[in-house]
Amino acid sequence: MTILTQTRNKISLLNGKPVRVLLRYLVIFGVAFVLFGVILWLAGKHPIEAIRDMLVYTLGTPAGLSEVIVKMIPLLFTSIAVALPARVGLINVGAEGQLYIGAMFAAGTALAFPQLPAWILLPMMVAAGLAGGAIWAFIPVFLRARGLVNETITTLLMNYVAPTIVSFFVYGPWRARGTASAPQTVDFAEAARLPSFFDTRIHLGLVIGLVILAAYWYVMKYTRWGLEMRAVGGNQQAARRNGIRWTTYLILAMCVGGAIAGLAGMSEISGIHGRLRPNFSPGFGFTGFLINWLSNGDPIGILLMSFVIAMITSGGDILQLKQGLPFAVLNILLAITLFVVLAKPTLFERKKA
Amino acid sequence: MKLSSDPGLSSKNALISMRGISKQFPTVLANDRVDLDIYPGEIHALLGENGAGKSTLMKILYGFYRADAGKIFFHGEPVSIRSPQDARHIQIGMVFQNLNLIPAMTIAENIALFLQDLPPVYQPQKIHERIEHFSKQYGLEVNPQDLVSQLSIGEQQKVEILKLLLSNARLLILDEPTRVLAPHEIESLFRILDNLRNDGYSFILITHKMKDVLRCADRITVLRSGWVVETLCAEEATEERLIALMFDKEISTHIIRQGQAGALSSQPLLELKGVSTRGEGAATSLNSIDLVIFPGEIVGIAGVSGNGQKELGDVVLGMERIVTGHKLLFGRDCTHRSIADIRKAGVSFIPENPLSMATVPFMTVLENMALTNTWRYARYGGLRVDWQAVRLDMETALGKFGFSFSPYIMARSLSGGNLQRLIIAREMAHNPKLIIASYLTSGLDVQSVMVARQALQQARRDGAGVLLISEDLEELFALSDRLIVLYGGKVVGHFKPAETDSYTVGHLMTGSKAQDDNIDSNPK
Repeated sequence: MTILTQTRNKISLLNGKPVRVLLRYLVIFGVAFVLFGVILWLAGKHPIEAIRDMLVYTLGTPAGLSEVIVKMIPLLFTSIAVALPARVGLINVGAEGQLYIGAMFAAGTALAFPQLPAWILLPMMVAAGLAGGAIWAFIPVFLRARGLVNETITTLLMNYVAPTIVSFFVYGPWRARGTASAPQTVDFAEAARLPSFFDTRIHLGLVIGLVILAAYWYVMKYTRWGLEMRAVGGNQQAARRNGIRWTTYLILAMCVGGAIAGLAGMSEISGIHGRLRPNFSPGFGFTGFLINWLSNGDPIGILLMSFVIAMITSGGDILQLKQGLPFAVLNILLAITLFVVLAKPTLFERKKA
Repeated sequence: MKLSSDPGLSSKNALISMRGISKQFPTVLANDRVDLDIYPGEIHALLGENGAGKSTLMKILYGFYRADAGKIFFHGEPVSIRSPQDARHIQIGMVFQNLNLIPAMTIAENIALFLQDLPPVYQPQKIHERIEHFSKQYGLEVNPQDLVSQLSIGEQQKVEILKLLLSNARLLILDEPTRVLAPHEIESLFRILDNLRNDGYSFILITHKMKDVLRCADRITVLRSGWVVETLCAEEATEERLIALMFDKEISTHIIRQGQAGALSSQPLLELKGVSTRGEGAATSLNSIDLVIFPGEIVGIAGVSGNGQKELGDVVLGMERIVTGHKLLFGRDCTHRSIADIRKAGVSFIPENPLSMATVPFMTVLENMALTNTWRYARYGGLRVDWQAVRLDMETALGKFGFSFSPYIMARSLSGGNLQRLIIAREMAHNPKLIIASYLTSGLDVQSVMVARQALQQARRDGAGVLLISEDLEELFALSDRLIVLYGGKVVGHFKPAETDSYTVGHLMTGSKAQDDNIDSNPK
């Protein structure tokens, strides 16, 4: 009997949620940075100095920190865009494409109604961004719900279609005449720009992203829909037999996910660029997929991971400048992080035993 | 043969000796200092109710689990079995409950896959010869070139046994081998086991069917909550004695048929009119099924698995699409209604495999209890779930049966029998009007079987209709008011239990007797 209660205590201690989650990520990044340091050292650089530079210039200065947060905003959106469909067992590799189409819809709205005041135009752009992403996600999930095509393939392939559609508009009908040699639309009206805070580039998208993250957490944890979605993802057959409308949930989860990715595109062009450019996203959608993988869909994990990944990507610029390292070195760090996460199960099991 | 230097540890002459095996799972002590000896040329039955630790012990022997304490001896030599490969190395083989053959391959290919000494380029002819050698000798007749997908469950089981024999196993562990077999198939399986035993093969039979044990075991070890109550020889065993060993107190295994079916009202609960389906892949297609269930009656569906009874249950639930024909529920046409609507109308479903078909393994027991009825517990339009109400319903539902589970453990940590109990309790809650019960008592121990059957009879007295799908003829005969036999997706027989016997039904089930004039598709 004593053994029984002891085991139980041990389990509940491990389950002490936030602390455990934090500890887990600390271990993951600790190991990842150590391995990264070894690689830097092998490359003949000074690892401690490099990592110190990276941390100091991103987290140590207000300007650096604000840039990290700016980079984090779209990742917050795209990782939720992957996490939500993942709850019902769908693999959404298409956040990148959904982001582009969302941005395109939002840009179209901004260009069509330049005279409208911000309090009308911005909500319209948000709605357009949501709709664009949702439409782009609907195509693959509809085919999937009909049992026709696997959504992993279609969402992935549609990523290559979306930017070309954007390019079509930017090179064609929407291209700004005259001055700019680079293809892009005209600058949006001031009313079409998301307001920024404290003289930095941090914009309202941060608040929207955090609100969506909180909503995602609440819906999954407390609502009937969250319960049913987890059931669909946990055992599709049982969920169906238990009378849960699983096709509805598949379509809904994917479309809402796509809509959130579309919002990422909207917030990028409205909050940062102020115009639509082709290839304006450096793979936010794919990074979102990575973040969801790393955090396993856990809301705290998404927040932490988005921040850390944003920090690593900003750190890349610093390494380039201070250490003369190529930017691609960051891919090594990201890859190592992924490896550590994948190796995690054995790592932690060994600890338990 | 080498003998152990320490006779206190391992028995003389034993093929396998397990000594002091203990295994602790997070919430339960599955094996508590278990000792077990298996001798060459014996059939050893491992008997016990659900959760008694039979499967765990065998999984330790077959290398799936590592014991926390204890030793295993092979011919008196201590061995460490860390994986099924290790187990096979010392000539132990296991036939699982759900047979593990690849349907798209032939028998010979399936067997060849399993052989460890298979050369990179192998000669199918040699494999065929070896199969034929064994199959002739022991009555395991199969054609090595047949596709597994065309075999009945009984034949697949033979292939599994052949597979182990060809890979030189001397000790075969059979997990509930008779669960899916028709009566005459069970008899032929036992004859095969007898033959093999006479040639020195040993068997461990995991079971909780008393009849099987008394029919074929040489020695019987009874487990109760993880420890060995007693090991006895077949001659000393009687049904009463074994039940007394399995449970603390003796219980009656009698089934009392309480009263006749409730007053048959004119309005049937369920009516299937000429329902046909199109089965995909290995699934069976139903062929113009007519079926009526009235309130207060239990309609039993007999058939060897794979003859359409799963599909029949799914058709009623709405899982399987009806191609032609009509389905009327409570007088309304529900041919193409969704599962959600049908469940909401008062239909419950107890599937044959609760883990994969009824529960979400990574959810808690409480969450699983809420899944069929989320609309009932949703508050503020779904923004909140009233877990207090779920908890209350769960406790009443479980209380009715005398079951109890901790609400916050993961469903997947429950044993198969407990999961089945949980699902029975869930599906019986909220007074269902029509219950589809598929293999209701598979995996349940004697005591729970009684409770589950009583629950069905209670539901029947309360005016519910029951569609009872089973391969256990005894159960069907004991419970059903009417009995329908399915073969190849068709109704081939329709009886009142009193008007027939298990041999007639058994022959119809296996298609060995043609459809006869017993069919009067509607009793009224």
